[in-house]
Amino acid sequence: MMHWIILPVVMPALFAPIIGFVMRHDIGLARIASVTGTVLLLAVALFNAGMAATGETFVYRLGDWPAPFGIVLVLDRLSALMVLLTAVLAVIVLIHAIATGWDARGKHFHTLFQFQLMGICGAFLTGDIFNLFVFFEVLLIASYGLMIHAGGRDRVRAGLQYVVMNLAGSTLFLFALGTLYASTGTLNIADMARVIATIPAEEAALVRVAAILLMIVFAVKAALFPVQFWLPATYANASAPVAALFAIMTKVGAYAILRVHTISFGPGITPTEDLAATWLFPAAILTIAVGAFGVLGARRLMPLIAFSVLGSMGTLMAAVSAFSPEATTAALYYLVHSTFAAACLFLVADLVVARRNNDALRPVPATAQNGLFAALFFGAAIGMAGMPPLSGFLGKLLILDALREPGLMGWAWAAILGGSLLTIVGFARAGSVLFWSSTALEAPLAASPETRKAGAWELAPAMISIGMLALLAILALPVSGYLEDTALQIFDRAGYMTAVLGTGTEG
Amino acid sequence: MEMILASAIGVLTAAGVYLLLRLRTFPVILGLAFLSYAVNVFIFASGRLAIDQSPILSRYGEASYTDPLPQALVLTAIVISFGMTAVLVMIGLAAYFEAESDRVDIDQNDDRAEGGK
Repeated sequence: MMHWIILPVVMPALFAPIIGFVMRHDIGLARIASVTGTVLLLAVALFNAGMAATGETFVYRLGDWPAPFGIVLVLDRLSALMVLLTAVLAVIVLIHAIATGWDARGKHFHTLFQFQLMGICGAFLTGDIFNLFVFFEVLLIASYGLMIHAGGRDRVRAGLQYVVMNLAGSTLFLFALGTLYASTGTLNIADMARVIATIPAEEAALVRVAAILLMIVFAVKAALFPVQFWLPATYANASAPVAALFAIMTKVGAYAILRVHTISFGPGITPTEDLAATWLFPAAILTIAVGAFGVLGARRLMPLIAFSVLGSMGTLMAAVSAFSPEATTAALYYLVHSTFAAACLFLVADLVVARRNNDALRPVPATAQNGLFAALFFGAAIGMAGMPPLSGFLGKLLILDALREPGLMGWAWAAILGGSLLTIVGFARAGSVLFWSSTALEAPLAASPETRKAGAWELAPAMISIGMLALLAILALPVSGYLEDTALQIFDRAGYMTAVLGTGTEG
Repeated sequence: MEMILASAIGVLTAAGVYLLLRLRTFPVILGLAFLSYAVNVFIFASGRLAIDQSPILSRYGEASYTDPLPQALVLTAIVISFGMTAVLVMIGLAAYFEAESDRVDIDQNDDRAEGGK
């Protein structure tokens, strides 16, 4: 048994209470411990990704119980990729939170941060649907704390809505789990695939109901159309580093849909195979529309970015809902891209907002380093809107190319291209108001620009994330090659089932 | 027994959803509590209903036993919903004291152009 697989879950789970109990009065120590934990997580994630790159599916049996009875963690290319993405994002966000002092504005930032990482990594690694629920709750309860971190009226109110929404979602998740267990007698994703494939017709309707319930739950996490309304308020009111970290949380929903609907309810399984195309695709198209019009209508910077995140989730889910290896390759590329693009926008916006003291989209006198922030915002915005030369353009191109089926093409192309156009217009307007109109106004007398300049550490995270987008564009060929293998592995249901259930390789 | 259990789950769920839609903090918390009771009973039922049977194999008696897994699941679900309710109460209180209103929905000023950081 190799214990590397469980480390991304165990390590943050150990760091979090140490930081919470031992270092709660000393922010310096807490910062050191938190950075150490996150960098170690990145190292482990890199190692795991290297292991998974061989194409093998590693299975970690907790307590060494065989799969359908015991709990398993599964490391394949997809989960390794998602954990790695989480770790890289976490390092970037953590540097930003420390450099700008966000972590000191409320209690227990680092503890909650580590618990959040534990929940996210656990959700990506688990091979058991009840454990997926448990890890969802772990990451959610940490995110409740992070959401209202630093307090304030609007933030707490938005946080309350976020909590209520997610608790209702959790209840729905449990109803789905109960139905699934009642009809299949198992909660292991691979075992469920085996059972559902041979389910008698009279039980099939029940499985279908459970699959739809599960899809609604994951759609809540992924902020898809009818249940997307929590996202703009939450992301716009959370503190910026938290919103940047939350960029991965919507991807947990996308990951869960991808995983469950390829393995358990996937193609070839009659009761549930048509669900994704019937429900997911229209929802994704409508999500793009909501996001794009939200960007156009937003009057504050943070909601503007939140709506653009919504639009990117719609684009991502449109590709996911096609459920073909090509579309999944495109979806994964866009998933990596949109995570960094969203994080980058939130981090840049935080630097801008901190200098303007509010995030309203109206001109105020130019702040220090106006040109630099304008450039950063420009870079992040073209990343998010999907313009060349950054990776968003390639991601959207791949998605458009993958969605060539006659039934899908018209809607998908119109929504993605139209959505991109509206997003560009929205960002261009916001940027010109924020940065260009500002220079036309006279500089205020009281503010001393020198003191409020951003230091190298404050700028680094935003620049690194733009760098990641550029890197993703430059390395598009090897990356998409890797993702192609990943997509093929996801659709290799037999391989997954043998690895988890059979006497396959013990990781 | 099936009838009683099914209607109990139904009534609890209906009450929970109704209270959730009241959009005021205290009813919403109660509503979520009702929903979590409903879901706990529901998970119990997912292991099939049985009377007078232990959830473990008896070494001495005949080998008739009820499914132990739903009981483990319910235990986890109860613990989680308990913790979540506590968090929700705390956040609800904080929101009430900050905003001096117990409404959960978005207020009129939410999209005001001034914005508050």
